[in-house]
Amino acid sequence: MLEVKALKKTYGAITAVDGVSFKVSDGETIGLLGPNGAGKTTTISMLAGLLTPTAGQVLIEGRPVSGDTDPLKRQIGLVPQDLALYDEMSANDNLSLFGALYDLSGAVLRRASDEALELVGLTDRAKDKVVTFSGGMKRRLNLAAALLHDPKILLLDEPTVGVDPQSRNAIFDNLELLKKRGKTLVYTTHYMEEAERLCDRLVIVDHGKVIADDTLDNLYKLLPVTNILAIDLEETAEALNLERLNQLPEVKTVELAGRVLKAGVRNLSEDTPKVLGWLVANGYRYSHVASERANLESVFLNLTGRSLRDA
Amino acid sequence: MMTPLIALVRRDLTLFFADQRSVIMSFVAPIIIATFFGYVFGGNGGKTETSRIPVMVVNDDTGDVAKQLIANLSAEKALEVKTVSIDDARTAVKKGKATVAILIPKEFGNKAGAAFFRGENKPEIGMLFDPSRRMEMSMVQGILTGQIMQTVSKEVFGGKTGQVLAKDALADVEKSTGMDPSAKSVLSGLLSSVEKLNALNEKDKADGKPAMSGGLSTPYTLREEAMMSGNGVEYNSYGHSFGGMGIQFILFMGIDVGIGVLLARQRGLWKRLRAAPISRGLLLGARVLSAAMIAMLILIVIFSFARVVFGVKIEGSLLGFIGICVAFSLMTATFGLLIAAIGKTPEAARGLSVLVTLLMVMLGGAWVPSFVFPQWLQKVTVLVPTRWAMDGLDAMTWRGLGFNDAIQPIGVLLLFAAVFGVVAVWQFKWEIDG
Repeated sequence: MLEVKALKKTYGAITAVDGVSFKVSDGETIGLLGPNGAGKTTTISMLAGLLTPTAGQVLIEGRPVSGDTDPLKRQIGLVPQDLALYDEMSANDNLSLFGALYDLSGAVLRRASDEALELVGLTDRAKDKVVTFSGGMKRRLNLAAALLHDPKILLLDEPTVGVDPQSRNAIFDNLELLKKRGKTLVYTTHYMEEAERLCDRLVIVDHGKVIADDTLDNLYKLLPVTNILAIDLEETAEALNLERLNQLPEVKTVELAGRVLKAGVRNLSEDTPKVLGWLVANGYRYSHVASERANLESVFLNLTGRSLRDA
Repeated sequence: MMTPLIALVRRDLTLFFADQRSVIMSFVAPIIIATFFGYVFGGNGGKTETSRIPVMVVNDDTGDVAKQLIANLSAEKALEVKTVSIDDARTAVKKGKATVAILIPKEFGNKAGAAFFRGENKPEIGMLFDPSRRMEMSMVQGILTGQIMQTVSKEVFGGKTGQVLAKDALADVEKSTGMDPSAKSVLSGLLSSVEKLNALNEKDKADGKPAMSGGLSTPYTLREEAMMSGNGVEYNSYGHSFGGMGIQFILFMGIDVGIGVLLARQRGLWKRLRAAPISRGLLLGARVLSAAMIAMLILIVIFSFARVVFGVKIEGSLLGFIGICVAFSLMTATFGLLIAAIGKTPEAARGLSVLVTLLMVMLGGAWVPSFVFPQWLQKVTVLVPTRWAMDGLDAMTWRGLGFNDAIQPIGVLLLFAAVFGVVAVWQFKWEIDG
């Protein structure tokens, strides 16, 4: 288990990370979510031993990581945000080097390299120089380089930055596979959809502080509205009395855009029939109903009053 | 510990040889430049033909003395003499085609001969010179003075002109009224003797006998001996030039070491290295080791080339030579680390470190030997590590000195390596954020 206790990092008068604490159980995937400059990378850097915390501790299996050569560091695999690869060397040579840093050699190293390349689908490019790879392939190799020593915990610092959708999907397939294999993943991102797809739990940071730490479902419960019903009304739309509809206890927000009525509800399964029933009972006919789920963007907005991408 | 160390060293060697620019800069460039410098500064045994000083002569005298003077100047190995008109002479000097133009006036021979005994009415020789080549001008002046003395005295004491001049001078002395009687008597005797000597010379010439007097000549001969490592060993300027250029380009390689570390940091590679359970000492130690190995390889390759092509030999202690190479290689490696430690970005570090390197190379005597420096500068440059490397390599190659003379350079270079290393580790930015 990975435990972060009151982690703090200051640079003079600037506090980059301010008392961040969270726990990650074995096999769990957490998303470290926040806008640029929130302190995600600084936190990851302290977890990986690249930065010495000003205060606080990082515990792995209940023990603090002490010093550069602490064997506990073997339990961590770091996937940096940068493409930390030697372009002038082949994929194989890169992996051989990074594996050797963890004292792997000979047949063990070769097997580890082969397996990592197979996982990320680059076996047929093993001997090619990295400089010839596409951005997406480099990202996949960047991931493979962190897997050689079979770490229990993977620290992934925005591992899909700047890649095309196809490569992003490929990386996500790899990460889902690693998750199934029982790896603990700490995933930093500012892409909501990535966190929603992959993470069991989310730690939202802003201005160096944890502002929420919960499962996705529980975070949604913080919102006044969890779903938006989008109802296409027929010819009677102009006559709709929005005020009366808004008086229904199940309806939290209401808005009419052309013939599309948008009604915010908290419980989709219980509230939808009541809204639709009220429309029929009052003579408003509809031709199509869809629901939009509230997303993490809304959660961040609700927690901070600011949009995540503008923060 | 050995597995990561070997992997890191192998990485550095792979990256070095994968970069064609580095290989060319480290191996080919020093060989080409050292070959050029070695040739220019004398080559093997000083056999390289040095360029002659271009001298223009404008001769307005039709006499034998001027003709003989020009012939004697033309025979000088150091000069390339051409007789031209005054206008051509001016143009040539102005354009830098000639160092100096010598203007021989009308009646130069007669006037010089007359002035030889009486010291008055001396003819004036004009010299037009290129102000950027004062050293060559001084050399030409010296040669010209010697040649005029020889040519004029030869004519005065043996030639036809000399007979006439001596007679005229004797007549002048005898007519003179203000001269001290005893001095007049001695001078008249001397001139009579010169006149008789010239008459005898003329008779000998007519009889086909060699002349008794050839005029004034240098009253000594020179015996030169280069202080080399042994008998039959000749100075090989390629020894110095290959050492100098080796030092320069190895230091450039050292800059690349430092820049490489900064680039690794910029590209995020340093994060992956630091995330691994290896010590800081191993990370830096591997870089020092690989850089020192590359530096040694460069020295071996370029000195092997110098040995095979230009016959540069380790005339002194081989062990001392190896020791100096190892110590200089280590110093270069820690110099590279120092750049990585102090530099903020690769771009900023490169400019400053190239400047520092060129200064070190220049002050170390790698371009021109340090003995040509002013005395105060020679004293100051003992603070520059390249001076010790250069002097040490010179001592072990063409000077042919023993191991004892290598101990001090080795010690000083290792001391510099230690200081650079300590400062580098102290200043190294280990923390990585962002």
